[in-house]
Amino acid sequence: MGKDLMADSPRLAGDLAVWLIILAELLAFGILFLSYAFARTFDVALFNASQSTLDLTSGAINTALLITGSWCVVRAVQAVKEDASAADARWLLAALACGSGFVVIKMLEFSAKAQAGIDLSTNTFYMFYILLTGFHFFHVLAAMVFLTILLVKCRAGHYGEHKHHALETGAAFWHMVDLLWIVLFPLIYVMR
Amino acid sequence: MFKFSSNTLWLLLLVATGLTYWLGESGQLGHASMAPVFLIFGFALFKGVGVVLDFMDLRRAPALWRNLLLGWLVFVISMILLAYWLGLQ
Repeated sequence: MGKDLMADSPRLAGDLAVWLIILAELLAFGILFLSYAFARTFDVALFNASQSTLDLTSGAINTALLITGSWCVVRAVQAVKEDASAADARWLLAALACGSGFVVIKMLEFSAKAQAGIDLSTNTFYMFYILLTGFHFFHVLAAMVFLTILLVKCRAGHYGEHKHHALETGAAFWHMVDLLWIVLFPLIYVMR
Repeated sequence: MFKFSSNTLWLLLLVATGLTYWLGESGQLGHASMAPVFLIFGFALFKGVGVVLDFMDLRRAPALWRNLLLGWLVFVISMILLAYWLGLQ
């Protein structure tokens, strides 16, 4: 009965420190999102014209990749709670594959813009586009580093049914990266 | 609040992404109309709530943390919609 009460009591998955980092990140990105949205009101035509040069398909594929990566991480945490380390490692590997897909597509996108001579000083839209998606890109890379460390430790048998705190901590960071893109995609790529 | 299995939620999130993409490609945005913008951010809100409650597992977390993240999502999306409306004036 005591165990049941513990299972039902409110519990924050992962380390408190990562949740404080998540709050700080959400605050920073929130300010950037709103800066973009309100800056747009001063020159809607410029923002719409510049936005039309973005590849909506790449943005949508990247959204699907991050969502799928998040789902894989959820399945990895579920697997380790069931003491299935082999399945856990496979799900983490799948999440990393999704992250890698995102990175490749984003680098192709950045490279195409650079070849077209577009940089931070081109106009206000591109300044926000490069700043927001670039800042997010580095968070995806950081999340992939965390997942790689978790994968190595998982393969070494560090996690199990009663030992998955680090895995939940890394998972929370990965989901934050997904959550940020969920707002970023319609804001930068779709809204016009 | 809605609750789905992680597999169902993943599929629903993909469907919401597909619908957002379709709206963007269909040319229904950019005609000084609030409705399609409400729709795309409605999908974003649905996706964000799903990620916060079930992927981040905040459904079972202390209410303060759940409300902080959901509050951030609702506030940011509301302000974006307000800014879009101001841009139409």
